[in-house]
Order: sequence, then C-alpha cells, then structure tokens
Amino acid sequence: MVERKFTKEHEWVEKSDQIVIVGITEFAQDQLGDVVSIELPQVSSSFKQNDVMVIIDSVKASSDIYCPIDGEIIEINEKLSEQPELINQSPYEEGWIVKIKPSSPEQIDSLLSKEQYDELVGQSKE
Amino acid sequence: MRSPFFKKHLESKAKMVDFHGWEMPLQYSGIIDEHKNVRENVGLFDVSHMGRFKIKGDAESQIQHLITNDISKIGDNQVIYSPMCNERGGIIDDVIVIRINSNEFMIVVNSSNIKKDLDWITENVKSCEIQNVTDDYALLALQGPKAENVLKDAGVEQIENLKPFHLIETKLYDVDCIISRTGYTGEDGFELFFDSKQVQVWEKLLETGAKYGIKPIGLGARDILRLEAGLMLYGNDIDETITPLEAPLKWTVKFETEFIGKAALEQKKVERKMSGFEIIETKRVARKDNKVYDEKKEIGIVTSGSFSPTLGKPIGYCFVPVEYPLERKIKIDIGGKFYDSKLASTRFYKR
Repeated sequence: MVERKFTKEHEWVEKSDQIVIVGITEFAQDQLGDVVSIELPQVSSSFKQNDVMVIIDSVKASSDIYCPIDGEIIEINEKLSEQPELINQSPYEEGWIVKIKPSSPEQIDSLLSKEQYDELVGQSKE
Repeated sequence: MRSPFFKKHLESKAKMVDFHGWEMPLQYSGIIDEHKNVRENVGLFDVSHMGRFKIKGDAESQIQHLITNDISKIGDNQVIYSPMCNERGGIIDDVIVIRINSNEFMIVVNSSNIKKDLDWITENVKSCEIQNVTDDYALLALQGPKAENVLKDAGVEQIENLKPFHLIETKLYDVDCIISRTGYTGEDGFELFFDSKQVQVWEKLLETGAKYGIKPIGLGARDILRLEAGLMLYGNDIDETITPLEAPLKWTVKFETEFIGKAALEQKKVERKMSGFEIIETKRVARKDNKVYDEKKEIGIVTSGSFSPTLGKPIGYCFVPVEYPLERKIKIDIGGKFYDSKLASTRFYKR
C-alpha cells in the first residue's frame, strides 16, 4: 500500500523512488463537479511549493491547482487533455496529473497525513 | 428560504446551493449527466423559488404598460414572455405573464427580483388585487422530448393538444394544477403550478416518468440548458443597465404598444449588442466578467459562459459593438491569457 500525503488545497502526493506523483483528491473532484478541461504545465518547467501549476475547468468553475512541493515537472498525464473526466472517475489512479522531481524532498514530510486530511475534509463538509 | 420539496432534494442526495437566499438543488447525478437526460429523455426541475404574483381585476391595459411585448396577442389561458423596463429602457426583470382570463393574471418573475418587482407592479397597477402567491404555489418544470409522455401516463387528458405558450387548468394526480407548455431549456416541456402542500406530486412524477428515464435536474444543468438555447439569465446577462434592444430581445419589444421605457428605447442609439461566442483555441471555459478583445483593443465583456456538452466546446454570451457580425474572430481573456474565439448566434441549440 502506497502512502499518500495531502495538502490543505486538496492535492495528493505519492512518492515513488525519486519522483512524486500529484493529483487531486476524491473530495476535490466531487466539489468541482464534471471536469471539462485541464491546462497542464510544460514538461521540464519548474515550480515552487504553492505556485499555481494547473488550472482545471469544471462545469461549475475554474480552479487553480497548486504545486505541493518545489521541483521540476518530468511528466504530465497527456490522457487528461482528451479525457479530462478521468479526474472525476479515477482521481487517485488514471486521473493523476503530473510527476515531479522534487528539489527539496523533505517538504513531503510536512504535508498532511491521511488522518489529518480526512479530519480537515470532515470539518469543511459541515 | 426553502422550497416545498426541500426534503425530497436531500433524500435524493442533491448538492444544495444558496440561490438568492433559497436553498436549491445544484445537482443530483451530475451536471453533464442531467443535461443529457433533459436533451434526450426528460427531467424534473423544482423551480419553486421563482416569484409568482396573482393580479385580479381590470389589469390588462395596466400590465401592458409594464411590459414591452404586446399583451393583446394572447387570449385566455395563454402565456407571453416579456422584459419589464424602467423609464430609461433598462430591464427591471424578464417575466412570464399568464392570462387566465380578462380579469385574472399571473406574473412569474425571477427569484432575485421578487421584492423589487412586487413594489414596481403595486406602484403601477391600480384598483386591482395584487397578491404574492410565491409560497402558496409549488412550481415544477418537466422538460424534454418525453415530457408529454409522462403527463399522458399521469392521466392528463388532451395534453398532446396543448400548444406552446398555452395552458390548461386540470387535475394532476387528483391535485388542481395549471399546466403551461413553457420552459427554460430549449426542449419541449411544461411548467406545473399547484398547491405547495401537495409535495407528493414530485415523487409521483418521478414514478410515472421512470419508464422514460426521468431524473431530477438541478440548477447547474438548468443554467447550461438555457445558455445553449439562447435564453437570458437575469443578473448575469441582463439587468437595469441593459436594454432589450442590446440584449437579443428585440423580438419582445412592440413599439406599436404603450409601455414604460418606450420613449427611451426609441431614442437611445444602440451601440453594443449581446452575441454568442465559441472558444476555438482551448477547452478552457470563459466566465462572467472575462474581457473580450479585438486584437489588443478591449471591446466588451462576457456575461455568461460555460461548457456546452451538446457542442463539446466552451460557449457563452458577451457584449460587443453592434456592428460586429457573426463568425467575427475575437479573443477572450481568461486568467491573463487570450484565447481565439468567434462570435456566434446565442441560439447554440435548436431542437
């Protein structure tokens, strides 16, 4: 079982070897509603933690997705350009968004655990 | 405020939203799924938040004075759509006037304007009984190609003979009901007015409609349906700073009648107009207040924007200079990026 970390902005982060996979959470996709387009970053562009990295348009609104850690984009999920609905259908698997090579991997440790994130979401649901 | 069907929406696991002070369903199964169901089958909407006023008495000529359209064009049991303007020709609201008979009318108004409209109507319609019956009546909309089948199966006789913009007073599941062949989706459909205590009608329609694939539809899908069909949303597309001649509502302004705002509309030169647009370059969606450019020059503003599931691309309405033709290339600024777009008819969808 992979361990995921989370951000307050509803991104998830999964570490595998030297790279980090990033997506948005089930809670986030449910709040967004049907996703109709996604603007992905360029491969090999660099972002700082909390920079706007991706913009998702749903039928309801446009939402910024923030970069959870400092690093360089090494891969984007090209499938999302044609099938943005994968974000709704499979936010943790097929709907992953980018892979990042972190420049400060220790930042991952300070992100939220699953328990902390669930608590946050539980509160904001009310 | 809550509609009579509030509990039904929670039971159906609707996501609720605050809409001008009303807790209304935004979506049930999902906006795109619900939209598709109305275009292909049939959907049931709770629109009980719309304001309704009953006017009894010698009101016809006074109502004519309030609206730009020609009320003499409708007879008993008919319905007419019209803007209601102020002295400057700005749109106070866009309303539906229902003529039950020469002594009894009903006006259906936007939920955001209930108080303002009631004041305006009370000020301008004298010696008549004016009653705000918004809470007394439930209002449901049944929309889509299978809507007629549902009412037929529900036992409403002669429904197939009801013409668009006509109404009948009838029974629906033994409940007294006014059924008009009207809607806000671009599909065939009906609007149902009945006693707000008769909440069982909601469930019964869903039961009767099950074999036609009926689904409850929220405000999210309703907004996209009306946008595709070229219908205005008060507060987004039109308001008191906009005249019906600037909006695509010229067909509702009948200068041969007498109405408040007529002189202003006759005199004022129309310099901007509302147009539809399609975004060509991206699937990013333009939203209200995004700016519209002709090359580097700012020429207008987006009033409504969404993704059209029917066309598979982002669409919307915007204001542009009146001389701009259809198909004209423009750019829309979404978050600081300029996307190639083109002007189009506001009627993106025709059934």
